Amino acid sequence: MADDRPAQGPRFRWPVEWLGILPFAVFAVLFLILPTMKIVVGAFQTPEGGFTFQNIIELNTDSIRSAYWTSIKLSFVTALLGCAVGFAMAAAVVFGGLPKGIRSPLLTFSGVASNFAGVPLAFAFIATLGPVGLVTVWLRTEFGINLRAMGFNLLSFWGLVITYLFFQIPLMILIITPALDGLKREWREAAAVLGATGVQYWRMVALPILFPSILGTFALLFANAFGAVATAFALTGPQLNIVPIKLFAQIRGDVLGNPNLGYALAFGMIVITAAANFLYIWLRVRSERWLK
Amino acid sequence: MMRLVAWGTLVLGCLYFLLPLLGMTEFSLKMRRGEYSLDAYRVVFADPRFWETFGYSLALSAATIVVGVVLVVPTAYWVRLRLPQARPFVEFVTLLPLVIPAIVIVFGYIRLYNTSSFLPLTGSAFGTDILLTMGYATLALPYMYRSVDTGLRTIDVGVLTEAAQSLGAGWFTILARIILPNVMVAVLSGAFLTLAIVMGEFTMAALLNRPAFGPYMQLLGANRAYEPPALAVIAFAITWGCMGLMQLVTRFAKHERAKA
Repeated sequence: MADDRPAQGPRFRWPVEWLGILPFAVFAVLFLILPTMKIVVGAFQTPEGGFTFQNIIELNTDSIRSAYWTSIKLSFVTALLGCAVGFAMAAAVVFGGLPKGIRSPLLTFSGVASNFAGVPLAFAFIATLGPVGLVTVWLRTEFGINLRAMGFNLLSFWGLVITYLFFQIPLMILIITPALDGLKREWREAAAVLGATGVQYWRMVALPILFPSILGTFALLFANAFGAVATAFALTGPQLNIVPIKLFAQIRGDVLGNPNLGYALAFGMIVITAAANFLYIWLRVRSERWLK
Repeated sequence: MMRLVAWGTLVLGCLYFLLPLLGMTEFSLKMRRGEYSLDAYRVVFADPRFWETFGYSLALSAATIVVGVVLVVPTAYWVRLRLPQARPFVEFVTLLPLVIPAIVIVFGYIRLYNTSSFLPLTGSAFGTDILLTMGYATLALPYMYRSVDTGLRTIDVGVLTEAAQSLGAGWFTILARIILPNVMVAVLSGAFLTLAIVMGEFTMAALLNRPAFGPYMQLLGANRAYEPPALAVIAFAITWGCMGLMQLVTRFAKHERAKA
């Protein structure tokens, strides 16, 4: 019997400590977990509440498939370019032998620019690269270069890419600069002593060490671009065929004509951003094994 | 050679960032034909809708910051003091808003808290405001939590708590008068970042149909030519101000610590 047991030894205690994070847990459940679950469950339900795969199957129509494809391409390209350019700029400041005074303003500016997304960012680019924007007019009057005649349109895929980079690059700079600072001078010297060239040092020492941070930032930038609504909406209005805009129109006015298809659309977004992040975690675990 | 490449990269990068800022500023000054003027700003500032939506977003930012602080500071403190085993769980939850797009979260809100649900928040304007505040607190959670948690790392939570307790302080006193002042810098930087996020936010406010600054800017952008870049300049100034204040408090704190 339980009573016969000696009283010494760890007795069961109610986990009262856990009550301390109860408010946080309630908040998380009400405003983060439950709303997400509602979407996930709704994606597998008929309007009457029965279980079905029909919504997921219906995602496979031309218009929705191309919206996902455009969104994935857009997120991938902006994340890739954002990582590359951000890395180059951070490396220029950390290793390029530039005056020390540049670093702090660049980081501050990156903090501002990475948060300067959404509606005002779209306005800034319309005023710059739009049909009567500063750069467009300047190129036309000074050099006779007509961007429009060359096929450039701000309200297109590449126009969106250029605009998104304004918040993607600074985010990369903010995250990668501390990582670059973490590269010890001794590693470079040790590599040089062993006869490594600069390229070899980067390829075989520095980049493998930085790999997890770069990849992590890539996943973050991907999710960042994939979920962005405001910039694209203010730039092109509701007609652009990318997933967040489609979902926005669906929430406002059920343009798909099936509320549960809307759930499936949103569920697809969660799956893709979650997949990007799990890929990151998996690769990071792998690369850390090599780092040991 | 290396230095040349570095300069080239930096100058090209900076050009990319400066041109749009220049473009919007120049465009916002062109309302009067043939000369630069502040007419666009005059029109914006004369619009009562501007002040209404601006004030609304400002009030929501304040509410969001209060909710964020009340939620994050005790939780991060408690996890450090008594529940280190809960850290992975709490950190995972605080990172979720970076993974789940805001539009999906607000979609969930609209369907979960509609008028026929167990918590019909979207039924009234005030209820929707509460929902929007919670949504913003969710968006700001990753930044607020990381900021406060980093701040807590620099102080000895255990010793401070025991010292306060032996002087007879209760939990509320410990949190409000010992822990909060000690992580004030972290709280303030989280607060300014929250302010920057909330002031320009569009998606959640638009889908919940609340008269916030973001949807107002979008509406003006769809109908006018010269006012939108003026708004962009104003929004950029707000973001710059928030980040500047963030840097200022951090630098101020370093200075204080160096003196001590």
